[in-house]
Amino acid sequence: MTVSSSLADLRHHIDQCVRCGACQAHCPVYLETCRESSVARGKIALAEAVLNGAVDLEDRLRQEAGLCLLCGSCAAKCPNQVPADALVAALRERITAARGLSSLGRGVALFTGSQRLLRGLLRSANLFSSLFFTKIPTQSGLRLRFSPAALKERVVPALARHTLFDRLPEFLPGDEDKPVLGVFAGCALTYLYPATGEAMVRLLNRLGYPVALPRSQGCCGMPALATGNQRLVGQLTAANTAAFKSNGTKTIITACATCHGMLADQPVIHGSPGGASVQDIHVFLVQAGLVDTLATLPAAPRRIRVTYHDPCHLRNRGITREPRALLQALPGVELIEMEGAGLCCGMGGTFTAAHPELSRAIGDRKLAGLQATRASVIASSCPGCVLQLQDIITRADLPVKVVHTLDLIDQAMSGEGPA
Amino acid sequence: MIASPPHSAKSTSGNRTMVNDHILRMLETIAGQGNVSTQSTDLLTHAYDATRQKFLPDVVVHVENTEQVSRIVRLANTKKIPILPRGAGSGFTGGSLPVRGGIVLVLTRMNRILEIDTDNLITVVEPGVVTGRLQAEVEKLGLFYPPDPASKDFSTLGGNIAECAGGPRCVKYGVTRDYVLGLEVVLPSGDIIHTGGRTMKNVVGYDLTRLFVGSEGTLGVVTRIILRLLPRPESRKTMLVAFASIDGAARAVSTIIQGKIIPTTLEFMDASAIDCVRRTASLDLPAACRAVLIIEVDGEETALDRQVGNIGELIASLDVLATSIAATTAESEAIWQVRRSVSASLRSLNPDKFNEDIVVPRSKVPEMIHALEAIAARYGVAIVNFGHAGDGNIHVNVMVDLAEIGMRETVDQVLDEIFRATVHLGGSVSGEHGIGTAKAPFIAMELDPATLACMQTIKKALDPNNIMNPGKIFPESADEHRLSASRP
Ligand SMILES: Cc1cc2nc3c(=O)[nH]c(=O)nc-3n(C[C@H](O)[C@H](O)[C@H](O)COP(=O)(O)OP(=O)(O)OC[C@H]3O[C@@H](n4cnc5c(N)ncnc54)[C@H](O)[C@@H]3O)c2cc1C
Ligand code: SF4
Ligand code: SF4
Repeated sequence: MTVSSSLADLRHHIDQCVRCGACQAHCPVYLETCRESSVARGKIALAEAVLNGAVDLEDRLRQEAGLCLLCGSCAAKCPNQVPADALVAALRERITAARGLSSLGRGVALFTGSQRLLRGLLRSANLFSSLFFTKIPTQSGLRLRFSPAALKERVVPALARHTLFDRLPEFLPGDEDKPVLGVFAGCALTYLYPATGEAMVRLLNRLGYPVALPRSQGCCGMPALATGNQRLVGQLTAANTAAFKSNGTKTIITACATCHGMLADQPVIHGSPGGASVQDIHVFLVQAGLVDTLATLPAAPRRIRVTYHDPCHLRNRGITREPRALLQALPGVELIEMEGAGLCCGMGGTFTAAHPELSRAIGDRKLAGLQATRASVIASSCPGCVLQLQDIITRADLPVKVVHTLDLIDQAMSGEGPA
Repeated sequence: MIASPPHSAKSTSGNRTMVNDHILRMLETIAGQGNVSTQSTDLLTHAYDATRQKFLPDVVVHVENTEQVSRIVRLANTKKIPILPRGAGSGFTGGSLPVRGGIVLVLTRMNRILEIDTDNLITVVEPGVVTGRLQAEVEKLGLFYPPDPASKDFSTLGGNIAECAGGPRCVKYGVTRDYVLGLEVVLPSGDIIHTGGRTMKNVVGYDLTRLFVGSEGTLGVVTRIILRLLPRPESRKTMLVAFASIDGAARAVSTIIQGKIIPTTLEFMDASAIDCVRRTASLDLPAACRAVLIIEVDGEETALDRQVGNIGELIASLDVLATSIAATTAESEAIWQVRRSVSASLRSLNPDKFNEDIVVPRSKVPEMIHALEAIAARYGVAIVNFGHAGDGNIHVNVMVDLAEIGMRETVDQVLDEIFRATVHLGGSVSGEHGIGTAKAPFIAMELDPATLACMQTIKKALDPNNIMNPGKIFPESADEHRLSASRP
């Protein structure tokens, strides 16, 4: 997503909107609320009114600005390419600048900062204890995603004892003729799903690539952006740039759709981490010829029915074929397309924390399509989606396992049966 | 609260105090507190439609059932407060704009598909159902709801009925009107009536269904809809034909129809439309191409190749440069993408767009195109034409920069000439977008005084207090009907 610090800078994008209403068909929030103020067109009208001084930054306006997942679906489908998600982020920044950070925003700011705090906390804390929220480092998006409100009755994974950084060295050597790949892990794969993070690094390394996993990398900045804290976004970007600059990588790989969405557009404003290009791991693996490699694996004794959920932040960048191509190539997998594969899971960074009920209603729209597939596994290429899908499925009491696409690939390559 | 009137919003001529606290409390009692809002955020987001004009309402109410609609309308009628039925707000003629303030009645939450009857091929829906969603649901059952406005993925069936929406497929299948069997309508009095029914035939009393279809929310609020369905066509085939002259393309349209072939769609783009698309995308068309027809046929798989062949033969002598026939869905999609990208590409030409939706008898399409070219040349303005040539419905886009001195007057004259030429050829000033506020100044050009008076008599009889979407269709005050451009 385009990240800009000022709503005024984006005024020309507001003028670009012809008020056609086409975004209604794509906005997960609107499809649930059926209220015009939820949809991109409404948000744009409000942003315009704010810029023109026609409306104050009153409570209701702040609420409406909050009702957006920053999923980018509207922008991806807008016939006039209006970046409504960036406009909402800028509107929130304006609100924050005028009114200060919300309590959620303060939480994010507190936790997305210090890795040490976050790690220490995760070692000792029970995720459900309120301690977790007082101790997680300021600069982690986790703090934001798991505010106490969001955690109420939420299904969360058991905490890993060892973070990704505990499990792997900072540099894994590979073939001399292959370029060094940087791995941007992101908060979820570092602290919540380190096994998936490890699978990602191992996969790349197994293909012969030297892999750099700089310890000093931090949060991608999406939660900060979502809470209108553009200053923190800038700080995080600077820290990430420094982290990747030193090892001279030209390509940074992500396995989190949200991190990818956040970082891949950064060059526009801040310059990407270390000036490298950011690539989604599935795209990278397909280009590296992994589909053919997977096809040579021995046939599996039985195949499990797997369906795939498109994370908004990949779908809206046109990345839909690659994860499917990889899944399809797995010997033990029968890939079944589900209706509504592209429907949002409702996670939306801080959205699920701020609007737990609406977030769940949005996510539950996936259930009918999922059940119709009779799949026993649902895979997605974003740990945020995995987390949310797990919540949806557990609440609906479905016998479906949720995994990251990489988990399945890793299992197949390690000679383990799927799921 | 609203600090100052929004930028370009015109102040409404209505009296702001007409919706007082007492009335708000009553609205809340009827619709529930959370569904009634006078918050500036809600007023600002229900002030516009796709015309980009802005008029602030006094209050926004999201309704959930017929009973609520009826009680609200009854209240509004007693207090003489304007009622604005609103679907998706995607209208192109200002139909849902609260030009006199009042109560915006949002129907988007009345969005249940109540019944799909596969024995009788009918469906019963609430007005807030989005057209494309109904189509997807009935297609799962092997059925088909043909009307396909380009806005089908977001416009509501209530809005489609109020505007009698059409689309590319209407050449063969007809418009929204042809699928409406019955309606439940809340009249301006608050009374609930039922028109038509579930049967294909029905001649009991006046055909009120047809009266309400296309009435633009000025006679009542549609709260339930019975629609006719068809079996889903087995297959379809798309072809794109490039012509060396607009004349060739226009003659091709009438030749195909005279040849007794009714394709599903017969869309056309003129040279200026092609140029616009060329500017934003690479187009695989011969350089000499001055017009394009997109022709689609549907039906039994086996018959399609023959139909496509017949069409090719019929038009071969008409300046055809190249013909491509889509072999796959992806190729067909690529052809349609060309057509769909026209609208958005117009902005590369000039900042201000006057989008007209004229229709002429099919055989007059060549003459109309010539007339448009002559008008464009005479006034030195760009006119981009594309649209549903198969039913004579041409989307005429006058592209200008209103910042140029005298341009507004020029545009007024250009539009006036366009409409005169249209009516002269036996056509109509609006094929599918309706009259609303945008076309009201021209309605008298087409309707003779007695016909217009008849319509106004009907309006007065049903809505003596003029509360139901006032200020639409009939030219009432010049101020309300100033022409407006939209920026593409
Ligand atoms: C990009 C784009 C493409 C379009 N393409 C086409 C096209 O191909 N063909 C076409 O015909 N139109 C087209 N339109 C115009 C528009 O989408 C149609 O007129 C559509 O039918 C409007 O539906 P809506 O739900 O948006 O209604 P709104 O805009 O909300 O309302 C339109 C009118 O209907 C009235 N109304 C709405 N619901 C009810 C109800 N339940 N009872 C009584 N009155 C009601 C309103 O008062 C208003 O007068 C297009 C618009 C856009 C923006
Ligand atoms: S944001 Fe895009 S899709 Fe939405 S109303 Fe504006 S122009 Fe249309
Ligand atoms: S970013 Fe997503 S949630 Fe926000 S307005 Fe756009 S489509 Fe809706």
